[in-house]
Amino acid sequence: MDWTAIGLSVRLAAIVSGILLVIGLPIAYWLTFARSRWRFLFESIVALPLVLPPTVLGFYVLLALGSRSPIGRAWERWTGHGLAFTFEALVIASVLYSLPFAVQPIAASFAQIDRTLLEASATLGVGPLRTFLRVVLPLSLDGVLAGMVLTFAHTIGEFGVVLMVGGNLPGVTRTVSIAIYDDVQAFNFAAAHRTALLLLVFSFAALASVYAMMRKPWAVAPLS
Amino acid sequence: MSLDVRLRTRLSPRFRLDVAFTAAPGTTIVFGASGSGKTTLLRSVAGLAATDEGRIAINDRVLLDVGARINVPPPGRRVGLVFQHLALFPHLTIAENIAYGLPRQPATKRDAQTTAIATSFGIAHLLAHRPAAVSGGERQRVGLARALVTDPEVLLLDEPLSALDHDTQSRIIADLRTWNERRRVPILYVTHSQREAFALGERVLLLRDGTIVADGTPDKVLNAPSHESVAQLAGFENLLDAVVIERRPDAGVMIVRLTGTATDLETPLTSFDAGDRIRVAIRAGDILIATERPHGLSARNVVPATIGGLARQGATVRLEASIGVPVEVHVTPTASADLDLRPHGNVWLVIKTHSCHPVSAV
Repeated sequence: MDWTAIGLSVRLAAIVSGILLVIGLPIAYWLTFARSRWRFLFESIVALPLVLPPTVLGFYVLLALGSRSPIGRAWERWTGHGLAFTFEALVIASVLYSLPFAVQPIAASFAQIDRTLLEASATLGVGPLRTFLRVVLPLSLDGVLAGMVLTFAHTIGEFGVVLMVGGNLPGVTRTVSIAIYDDVQAFNFAAAHRTALLLLVFSFAALASVYAMMRKPWAVAPLS
Repeated sequence: MSLDVRLRTRLSPRFRLDVAFTAAPGTTIVFGASGSGKTTLLRSVAGLAATDEGRIAINDRVLLDVGARINVPPPGRRVGLVFQHLALFPHLTIAENIAYGLPRQPATKRDAQTTAIATSFGIAHLLAHRPAAVSGGERQRVGLARALVTDPEVLLLDEPLSALDHDTQSRIIADLRTWNERRRVPILYVTHSQREAFALGERVLLLRDGTIVADGTPDKVLNAPSHESVAQLAGFENLLDAVVIERRPDAGVMIVRLTGTATDLETPLTSFDAGDRIRVAIRAGDILIATERPHGLSARNVVPATIGGLARQGATVRLEASIGVPVEVHVTPTASADLDLRPHGNVWLVIKTHSCHPVSAV
């Protein structure tokens, strides 16, 4: 078993889940409660990674982070080394790729909240931020938790984006799914089998816990 | 404290809320059928509904002035609103619900305020429970307590008692009266129950299709309808088509003939002219029944009738009688038994002149 790859994947998934918790909540809030006529556009952008081939997303992220792009150049000036094929690049790409897996369950649980509760809170003199912390968030903990579990599981299992953006550097960007690919390429089926089985069991456990958490049946997008 | 409201809002191509009134301290009943704009009016005052034109102010404090681009958001309005379905926070205890709107302050002070209002509303023993675990009447009290504890400068109540039995209604109305005797804030109380209107209101605004069509004491607005919609709302079971036959200004009465019958009724004199087609509104409970033609009676209208059917509804027997047109009459079960009222029996209906309210037919 390639414990280095497993450790790297878990670290990546934990960081991505943490980041998506912080940025997923406001995005889900805006998507649920904003009255903008352009909301459908943002919904589409957030959902894009669900349908986009990972190679396409990975390709554009690679271009955006490469040494010729403004982001890549700024990063190089700041840190002294390039962004592509690093762990940081993996984190950025994974955040984009897992965005819908975090945002959609959270937004779904926000949407189930009775709007009059928010109006009641407002007429009791409580502003939007405190209403969010005291009413919206406590009543959608199941959705937030589901979003985090899905994000974590999805990040653990991702392959195409990692390959495009991170390459295959042991201990830096060689995640567990890439390790399996390498094992298969090297005809090391026993090792591939062990790791694959671990991922299978983990993914099933993650999905089972999500379904158990959601009070209402909710369609989970397929893990890629 | 007084609430000044002038609003004009188009809610749909066909419906528009257009009201102007000033509510003094005390209870102002907003009465009207569903769809008349009552709830929208409350939501506008609370700042939850958008307004096209208008101004809302509590004394000199302007909450909304569309012309001057002032629109205080709901949290800053100090307008308490008790929702029809209460909107209690399901994940919080009764104590946390009540304390929700209290400003940040030491816990002991919050607890003291919460306990004090819970005690005065008789729900102190429920503070540790969640809303789902208490009865409908208790939830209603929690909803009221939660709004009142924040000391609102205006209180808006959207049919807060409609789901409760009469005893519970009366007790909560008494609690509310007690609370407002000390505070003296304007209360807008939406209802379509006459009982609540009479029990609580010092003034009734009658809303129809988004405008105020009558404004006055409950007695004036609900007992003397000048318009058919008023009569229907105020629970006049009988609205009989009629034509004015004769005006007798010296006697202060007029004679009308019920359409399709030879029956004449004497009604109070109104501005209708002879020949006008009108309707006569009569409460089912204002009609007396006699099994023989009564003599020596002050009532002017004594009309022979045939009983069509009887049905008991709670403490009332509903009688369908025909005087050429169907008329609904309410009597008590004992009266019905004493008179031995049966279908197809012949009786006399006795109606005082002042129980016949002429209203416009359109």
